[in-house]
Amino acid sequence: MKVKNMGSNKVLNLGFRFARLLAVPIIGILIGFSVGAFFIRALGASPIEAYIVLVQGAFGSLFRLSFTLVLFVPLALSGLAIVLGYRAGVLNIGGEGQIYIAAMFSTWVALHFVHLPQALLVTLSLLAGAIGGALWASLPALLRAYQNINEIVTTLLMNYIGIYICNMSVETFLQEPHSSIPQSAAFPANSYLPILVPHTQIHLGIVIVLILSVLIYFVLWHTSWGYGLRAVGVSRRAAEYGGVNVKTGMLITFLLSGAIAGLAGSITVLGVQHRLMQNFLVNFGYDGIPVALLGALNPFGTLLGALFFGAVLNGAQAMQTAVAVPEPIVYIIEGLTVIAVVVTNTVFARRKMSTPKRGHRSDGMDRNIVVG
Amino acid sequence: MAWIATLLSVNFGLACFRMTIPLLLPAMGGLFSEITGVLNIALEGMMLVGAFTGWYYAYLTHNVWIGVLAAIGAGVLFGLFHAVITVSIGADQIVTALVENMVALGLTSTLLFAATASALGDTSSPILPQMPIPILSKIPVLGPLFFSQDILFYLAVLMIPLSYWVFYKTTWGLSLRSVGEHPIAADTLGIHVLRTRYIGVVISGVLASLGGASLTVGDLHMFVQNMTAGRGFIAFTAIIFGKYRPGLTAAACLLFGVVDAFQLRLQGLGVALPSEMFLMLPYVITLLMLIFVVHSSYRPKAQGVPYIRGQR
Repeated sequence: MKVKNMGSNKVLNLGFRFARLLAVPIIGILIGFSVGAFFIRALGASPIEAYIVLVQGAFGSLFRLSFTLVLFVPLALSGLAIVLGYRAGVLNIGGEGQIYIAAMFSTWVALHFVHLPQALLVTLSLLAGAIGGALWASLPALLRAYQNINEIVTTLLMNYIGIYICNMSVETFLQEPHSSIPQSAAFPANSYLPILVPHTQIHLGIVIVLILSVLIYFVLWHTSWGYGLRAVGVSRRAAEYGGVNVKTGMLITFLLSGAIAGLAGSITVLGVQHRLMQNFLVNFGYDGIPVALLGALNPFGTLLGALFFGAVLNGAQAMQTAVAVPEPIVYIIEGLTVIAVVVTNTVFARRKMSTPKRGHRSDGMDRNIVVG
Repeated sequence: MAWIATLLSVNFGLACFRMTIPLLLPAMGGLFSEITGVLNIALEGMMLVGAFTGWYYAYLTHNVWIGVLAAIGAGVLFGLFHAVITVSIGADQIVTALVENMVALGLTSTLLFAATASALGDTSSPILPQMPIPILSKIPVLGPLFFSQDILFYLAVLMIPLSYWVFYKTTWGLSLRSVGEHPIAADTLGIHVLRTRYIGVVISGVLASLGGASLTVGDLHMFVQNMTAGRGFIAFTAIIFGKYRPGLTAAACLLFGVVDAFQLRLQGLGVALPSEMFLMLPYVITLLMLIFVVHSSYRPKAQGVPYIRGQR
């Protein structure tokens, strides 16, 4: 079909692209919640009532909203870690271990440099956490870049080891003195992340997340180094041929991904829990993957994905107490939402590929690397 | 020196097998999927679903065999689900599988809540009977170790030579492997690529599900939330570790199982060290072996790549 007016065609395409960007997650969420409704009904509760409680539980008051945001921060960081890695052809599913090691590093700093001013102590603790996360990612990163050993397997194994080391630390060198409880001493108040909104738990972590997402977007889409990284993500061989230093790029991205994932742990102990406990943040490292997928592997989309996950997780706690629908049902809802999104995107991408290419393609869409 | 005697005892050998079988079944299953080019890290979720259905139906009907059949059925369904998404639709195999694991965790936890909320008191299920093999089970040491086990043990052990024979000695095995190595060539030879992959993934679903069931109806009488605790991931690792060969994969499972049983014994000896030191041992040793012994990892060439006819 020939379109004479190219200008309006472009606008149309842009509009179509935007509509699709929004439509796909919405379809996914509808599917997820419909299946969830089926289970809620089977459990003998009213789905509509349960979902009203869920939404109220997530956004109903400033207090509830603040708790959604508290969950949003680590989820977003964990998701951003996935986005950064995935765009450069690295699937870092070691977020879980990196979170624990980072929290351990931050705890050590927070408890050992008590007399520093707050700004300095917080910065140092966060930095220590980022280094811890990167350190925990370094072995899988080196093995992947230079030995071509599958990073999925190594990061999975490192997750277990990292969690055990962290849990061990609060039974030994980080344990509160004269206590038998496996947890660290309470942090000094000058290591707390500053609270942004009084009388809530909304802390500086939100700002850090926003800055990081802009940074990741800028580096990946507006620097030549980022362009090279994305080239590696799409085709390693082509990137190599184009002169990109694939190994170094992979290594650095993997380390940065580990640092970002690690911050999720540091920010949780410094901003919310104010001490290190065993198993303090379960599954948030793995949850970064669906969060990033829901956000179409885009840094800003990932923020929305994390907000959705945080809200559902928080709302589900209210749902469990109010209408006796068990909390784990959110994993069904969230999981099916993400599967529906990935499937829809794949189908779109495949249809696009199979349409005969006549002339140039004016859609201007990025090829979606996860599903293409 | 008493502890050496402990380690050489029949009981310790049985403990090793108890830790190995729930890895061996999903690992052998995973081979069938992965050799056709479909990665299956959803083994974890498949195990969880199998563990739950096995327990639930055995508990409900007081018949352990119905539990086993239900676990097989659940494995087929889960396998089909994974195949539809990864083979027919061609979505990313790793990330979708990780999300499937999440759904499986939610599903089994929710259903467990529903199943036990209405139940008063005992929710334990019957477990699989030991099936001593006549004559052989009378052999000292070897008898109790190898020939007085339950059916899932025999199945797991038989799968090692069986899958070797299938993969390398039968035409069907050749088509399984060719679909994973070079699907276009296989298609040209008239092998139905998608159907072959479907079969591989469904077999992995059934065996992983039975591996999960071995934890409930083979061992514990009950289901606990997230009770597989990463065993599916370890099975997935064992396959890469074993370079997609049945014997080596089984050896990797056994290594992990033995170290796991060993660390449990060490904990029991009351050594004054944090228990986490022992708990991490199997993971540390697997990682070290992966780095220093296995290094360059072979994988099927078409691994992770969905097959779309007419596309290179």
